Amino acid sequence: MDPFSSAFVAALELIASLDPNLLEVIGLSLRVSLTALALACLIGLPLGALLAVVRFPGRGAVVVLVSALMGLPPVVVGLVVYVTFSASGPLGPLQLLYTPTVMVVAQAILVTPIVAALARQVIADLNVEYDETLRSMGTSGRMTIATLVWDARYSLLTAALAGLGRALAEVGAVMIVGGNINHVTRMMTTAIALETSRGDLSMAMALGIILIALTIAINGAVMAVRNGMERRAYG
Amino acid sequence: MADRPGSSVIPFAPTPGAGGELPALALQGLVIERGGKRLLDGLTARLPRSGITAVMGPNGAGKSLALRAIMGLIPVNSGAVWMHPSVAGAVALVFQRPVLLRRSVRANLAHALKVFGVPRRERPQRLTELIRLGGLTNLADRPARALSGGEQQRVAMVRAFAAQPRLLLLDEPTASLDPQHTGAIEWLIRTAAEGGAKVILVTHDNGQAHRLADDVLFLHHGRALEHTSRSRFFDRPVSAEARAYLAGDLLL
Repeated sequence: MDPFSSAFVAALELIASLDPNLLEVIGLSLRVSLTALALACLIGLPLGALLAVVRFPGRGAVVVLVSALMGLPPVVVGLVVYVTFSASGPLGPLQLLYTPTVMVVAQAILVTPIVAALARQVIADLNVEYDETLRSMGTSGRMTIATLVWDARYSLLTAALAGLGRALAEVGAVMIVGGNINHVTRMMTTAIALETSRGDLSMAMALGIILIALTIAINGAVMAVRNGMERRAYG
Repeated sequence: MADRPGSSVIPFAPTPGAGGELPALALQGLVIERGGKRLLDGLTARLPRSGITAVMGPNGAGKSLALRAIMGLIPVNSGAVWMHPSVAGAVALVFQRPVLLRRSVRANLAHALKVFGVPRRERPQRLTELIRLGGLTNLADRPARALSGGEQQRVAMVRAFAAQPRLLLLDEPTASLDPQHTGAIEWLIRTAAEGGAKVILVTHDNGQAHRLADDVLFLHHGRALEHTSRSRFFDRPVSAEARAYLAGDLLL
């Protein structure tokens, strides 16, 4: 069998056997990345809305900066978080290095600019349409942002999905701050890197197939829910 | 993001009229220039305390612009807007093409009540009243943006009513509607006026001005050329421009 078919068979066998190690790795990947995404949305959505609506000196520069940070190299983020949380670093006393918690922190830093930049774009577009109406009603700044975020909710879901994709796919940051410790901090991507370096290509490919399938499944599910809800809200 | 429209006006006070009465709204030499063109060219007018004032004039006369300037939505280059204390802070504007939120009709009106600061416990009852007033009972749970143009305009009208406006500005609210929906909107306009709100209605529809207006303000090239009672305006217009407009001649 060529490497692709054998990898595919291996993947199917892994899934069919409900291999506990595999489930553990998938579980940790989802837990870390979804938690990081939640944090990123908590910070990124209001930040994006503020940048879309509020005018202040230097706003253009901040927008450029946030957009540029979408391309942050994961290894560099990993390195900075590593130094911050290492024994001699400022947050060293928390002793969080090589835990899922610090992996969440690293991924949240990676994902926040993506959520913020995409949210800013979506909300700015909607504000062009709503601005005159909301101002004519004397809407307060806080209420304007709340209105725009709520009405853009389905488009913002796409921004969140882009962030989740980034988190699930990256390997550099979680590898450095998590250490790829079996049963503790091993995720899908770090496991793939490990199996590849160990020469177990079919195992690595199998994990890769599962990761991609998982990403497609999550996106498909969210899009289906989004379409249904959107039809009900927009007609 | 601005203050409540009408809450801040440029210092300027009109002199009381013959009977000692102050107008609902007074405009003093409003000028708006964009790209070297004077879109409002010293617009001065004083509108009576009650009733429906129709603002008429050819395209580009500055009618919509004047409404936006009154609302504080666009900056003016010079001039002043004065509002009677009884209307200032209770002004609402309905646009020709309403922008409704991506929510149900009910949620649109609930949002407006919240924005206008109606206390939470009063909102359910007010909401029911607005839905009934707009004849929207069967549409209340439909997505607002899926409604027809006429239905959307009804929602926009009662959304403005949520502010309990003392001054209601209407920018060609029936311009693209069929006669049936026009009738519904006109009924709402009369309801507002009979409820004591001062109504300023921009319209191109002579029939509508005939049916609704107490007085007519005729604008041309950003100036007020005529302001008189409805019957005088339609029977004996003074200016050549108003005569040409009423005769259906193209004014440039």
